[in-house]
Amino acid sequence: MTFCSKHLLGIEYLSDLEITSLLDEADRYVALNRSDAKHSKIFTGVTQINMFFENSTRTQASFEIAGKRLGADVMNMAMQASSIKKGETLIDTALTLNAMNPDLLVVRHPHSGAVNLLAEKVNCSVINAGDGAHEHPTQALLDALTIRRAKGRLHRLSIAICGDINHSRVARSNILLLGKMGNRIRLIGPSTLMPKGIEDFGVEVFENPKDGLKDVDVVMMLRLQKERMDGGFIPSEREYYHRFGLDQEKLSFAKKDAIIMHPGPMNRGVEIDGTLADDINRSVIQEQVEMGVAVRMAIIESLIKSQQTEIIKVLK
Amino acid sequence: MKSNFLLTNATLIDPKLEDTYIGALEIKNGVIFKIHKGYPNIKIKTIDCEGKYLGPGIIDIGVKICEPGERHKESFKSAGQAAAAGGVTTMITRPDTLPPIDSPEILSFMHQRGSDASLVNIFPMATLTKNREGREMVEMGFLLDSGAIAFSDGDLVITDLKILTRALTYAKSLDALVVGHIQEPTLSQGATSTSGKFASLRGLPSVSVIAEKIGLERDLSIIEMTGTKYHIDQISSEVSLPALIRAKRLGLDITAGVSIHHLTLNELDIGDYKTFFKVKPPLRSEQDRVSMVEAVSGGIIDIISSMHTPQDEESKRLPFEEAASGAVALETLLPAALRLYHSKSITINKLWAALTLNPAKRFGLASGRLEEGCPADLVLFDPELPFILDRETLKSKSKNTPFDGHRMQGRVLKTFVAGEEVYSG
Repeated sequence: MTFCSKHLLGIEYLSDLEITSLLDEADRYVALNRSDAKHSKIFTGVTQINMFFENSTRTQASFEIAGKRLGADVMNMAMQASSIKKGETLIDTALTLNAMNPDLLVVRHPHSGAVNLLAEKVNCSVINAGDGAHEHPTQALLDALTIRRAKGRLHRLSIAICGDINHSRVARSNILLLGKMGNRIRLIGPSTLMPKGIEDFGVEVFENPKDGLKDVDVVMMLRLQKERMDGGFIPSEREYYHRFGLDQEKLSFAKKDAIIMHPGPMNRGVEIDGTLADDINRSVIQEQVEMGVAVRMAIIESLIKSQQTEIIKVLK
Repeated sequence: MKSNFLLTNATLIDPKLEDTYIGALEIKNGVIFKIHKGYPNIKIKTIDCEGKYLGPGIIDIGVKICEPGERHKESFKSAGQAAAAGGVTTMITRPDTLPPIDSPEILSFMHQRGSDASLVNIFPMATLTKNREGREMVEMGFLLDSGAIAFSDGDLVITDLKILTRALTYAKSLDALVVGHIQEPTLSQGATSTSGKFASLRGLPSVSVIAEKIGLERDLSIIEMTGTKYHIDQISSEVSLPALIRAKRLGLDITAGVSIHHLTLNELDIGDYKTFFKVKPPLRSEQDRVSMVEAVSGGIIDIISSMHTPQDEESKRLPFEEAASGAVALETLLPAALRLYHSKSITINKLWAALTLNPAKRFGLASGRLEEGCPADLVLFDPELPFILDRETLKSKSKNTPFDGHRMQGRVLKTFVAGEEVYSG
């Protein structure tokens, strides 16, 4: 299975078939990653450049490991410290890197749509590693894989996404993906952190977590950014924790076997109770990180293979 | 010596009438000397219009010419050529240049430069406050004497209501026209799109249309007290209309405008972050667009303008949030406006009133009418002629049009300013 598209810019552009086949592929990589060898040499000689215009530890590390395990040459560029500071535009930076003939650019940018813009200007494949409040497709795919492995399916589940939906690209990609796969999505959060018109996305919106969590299979918590904690969007950290933070009591409204997810990094005691996050019977937060590497390997494989098919077509 | 001639066999658009009629215009010494119904038989140099539409030239208010400061984006010469090709015979220019037009010295210099370099008439606006900072009012009296046609801080809103009230009171004492931008800046700051499903899907910082309503109601409350002649540069949302209707019923001396983009495009046109569709205020929902068209047709909104805002490639080739706002529209104003006529949303005469007669009345100009003795500022166009717009063919120095590659209908055949042909297509 190869991608219809040259890039992975968002879940919006994927079909349910593409999603399923990516997850199937990723399942194979989970097995590889758990073995001793961990290494596949299928993409020796492939160049992958990670361009992160915004700070990231886990996503960048995950992409780096994924690339290296496939045998690719991976380069990390700390974009904040580079030519952008010297006034170079995004497109010029992209064109410069493009001239070095990479096969894959992994891009994170603080502005929505910046990765789409960049993808228009380069010859290689581009993976969106998060753009503004728009999309974070690899996160949604790794979440989907985690859910599918924990629940045995990825359809007809009731899934609650809780917290700062408005500023969250993770939430947007997850809403699109889980919606495409035919799940029931519930959004929970204070109305100040709920995007306008979100009801039109085919989701249910709740302001009371006890109503929202009722009988759900999956509880997905979102990170609350520090800068949004004081006064602007919510009155205070402690009021937020009291009303929306996930604790035993609120969780008791969900199904007995409901799993807890979080894209990380967590604010313990703000959006989630520390003990709950560590509860190995409920929390799959560590699995999410593990799935991240496998999913990214599957994505890299699909994109590079689809490039190779293109080349064969041209040669023929 | 100006040439005298007859424009015959034309479908005449008199914006004061309900319907067009076949007739001829006799042009003498730069003015409309006589209007003939039917086919007159006069021995004089004759141009056969072949039944095409002939009406007063468009009076486009709120044109940004980037002189002084950014001549690489647009000059008086290039804007004049673009205007002539677009059937615009009068440009009322915005003062939001670098530096802004806020002193009589700079105004008279620019006025002179504009008149020398431009093919079409130019009437400059001056700022309302010095350097558009919203702190001290400009020398309105001197500026009026130097030819300022109106006062406006462009898209900057004066937040200090004391200063705004005083400036409007002073303007009233001089019987000067003030053009305002309605937007509550604390709400709209940083926003690049309109709140709603589309902005949420794209993850763009957005502003509710309520920001426009609040800005409008704020300004109308002050106008009710000061009685100033006031024109709202752009209304773009349905929620603003009740306040506007109420103010007009109260008899306030106000008029309202809308940009051609808010009449012909909606937020979905932004698609995958196309920065040529980034304008100020941001494009609205389809519901809002339809309401704006109805408001123009119903006479609630008086004036359609291009809000011509040239931006170079560098300012637009950026992520949507970082890209500059604005679109060029002098040349696309007419074919875009004709979309409303072709879709039967508005009659050609009503459309023409919003493009010519209404701005002429509001800004106190003698043109914009099809009357004997009025300046022969005219446009002859074929409303049916189809074409696909190629932005590289635009005469503006900047090519930032949202209509690139769009199918359009209606082209200018000839443009006359004071009886002189300035464009022939």
